[in-house]
Amino acid sequence: MEYSPPPFFKRGPSLLTRFTFFSLMSLVLLVSDARFSYLSSLRQVVAVVVYPLQQVSGLPAALARQVKDFFVTQASLQRENDQLRRQNLLNAAALQNQQALASENQHLRSLLALRDRLARQVIGAEVLYTHRDPFTRRVVVDRGSQHGVLPGSAVVDDSGVIGQVTRVFAWMSEVTLVTDKEQAVPIQVLRNGLRGVTFGIGYDGTLELRFMPVNADIQNGDLLVTSGIDGTYPPGLPVAVVSNIERNAAYAFARIACSPAAGVSSFGQVMIVSTGEKPGQNPLIQEDSTPRLKRAKKAAQ
Amino acid sequence: MALATAVRTQPAEILRPVRNGYIAVTLGLALLLNLLTLPQTLNLVRPDLIALTLIYWVVYHPRRVGFLPAWLLGLAMDVVDGSLFGQHALAYAMLMYLSILLHRRIVMFGMRHQMLHVLGILAASQGVMLAVRMIGGADFPSLLYFVPSILGALLWPLLFNVIRIPLRPRVDPDAV
Repeated sequence: MEYSPPPFFKRGPSLLTRFTFFSLMSLVLLVSDARFSYLSSLRQVVAVVVYPLQQVSGLPAALARQVKDFFVTQASLQRENDQLRRQNLLNAAALQNQQALASENQHLRSLLALRDRLARQVIGAEVLYTHRDPFTRRVVVDRGSQHGVLPGSAVVDDSGVIGQVTRVFAWMSEVTLVTDKEQAVPIQVLRNGLRGVTFGIGYDGTLELRFMPVNADIQNGDLLVTSGIDGTYPPGLPVAVVSNIERNAAYAFARIACSPAAGVSSFGQVMIVSTGEKPGQNPLIQEDSTPRLKRAKKAAQ
Repeated sequence: MALATAVRTQPAEILRPVRNGYIAVTLGLALLLNLLTLPQTLNLVRPDLIALTLIYWVVYHPRRVGFLPAWLLGLAMDVVDGSLFGQHALAYAMLMYLSILLHRRIVMFGMRHQMLHVLGILAASQGVMLAVRMIGGADFPSLLYFVPSILGALLWPLLFNVIRIPLRPRVDPDAV
């Protein structure tokens, strides 16, 4: 039989006690963070403490990138320059057209007495790194609350929507990609205006268009753009392209898989687009800011 | 027989005493290296250097590093990694428990078998993280999730020697 020897020197709580105590503390933190999000301020504090270390450890990558950019051939720079000039010319023509269309749109909306589209602020940012956690798909950008980023803002790159800002620190923000599990984007099919919602799958890097009836008018290759209904994502931005449709009459809905249009897995420059409106404000409901007890008293009178 | 060769046959190395400041420096460097940004694919399989360093200090200098510093380092890693608060902290608590449980046993073995023990400890701490997230509703990531443990175990001899470099006695060539 195996017995451990009796402890000759008592030096504090036993190993199992210490382990149980710290595991319970960790589980409490996990549950509070997962279900109740009480700990955002604690997280901010730790983030501020860790920030200088992150800056220091980002130096080798930045240095490597600078060295790589330095050693680039003149021929490739020339080619890139020509290509950008051509693209700029096309974009300028499209921009002139767009300004005319925008003013016509504004005129028509005022004629029909529709609400004005909200003005949006744009903040340019750069993706610093991808989070290592394999259970979520998030990236970190280098603009935070000090630069005016609000939580809930949409993040786009030059080819479409990347995701949404979910957590804002002082000098950095966390962006949840559209391919993260259960991340939802309200979309419209560009071809025929059909509305739907895409959900991220998580492990796959693809999106799923859910709750579309089996006989919906959707084809492979359809471009899905944001519909702007929720007020978070600006309308008309490409989100995904339909890649696979399974229509089975046994189920009520078709299974539609889409691949994201923007470069969700590549690093680069992005733009953070915010309305300046705090998320969750419904303009139809007047927010009553008097305390609950006073409201109840008033209602009883 | 296998057991006879597994047990360490050479006498233990003589090292200079370790100060608490040096332990803090190694853990700080491990945290820094954990924050290092690597290209996309390498980022998914990088080993956890803080875990390896903690195992080293617990095995070779027991009672110097307690549960609390390891737990706080776990919280720091949680914020950096974007995982749920307490995920890495729980993993490091499990790591400390297993290392302290096995520390008398690990020093008896040679390097290859020490690597096997380290692999087991790292895999257990990763397994705890995986269990916690799956209970919370995440999907099972591919088995590549455990590659960081394998790489960490392979790095164990290197870490062992690198930590000991400043601790080896300095030989003065002019001494009589």
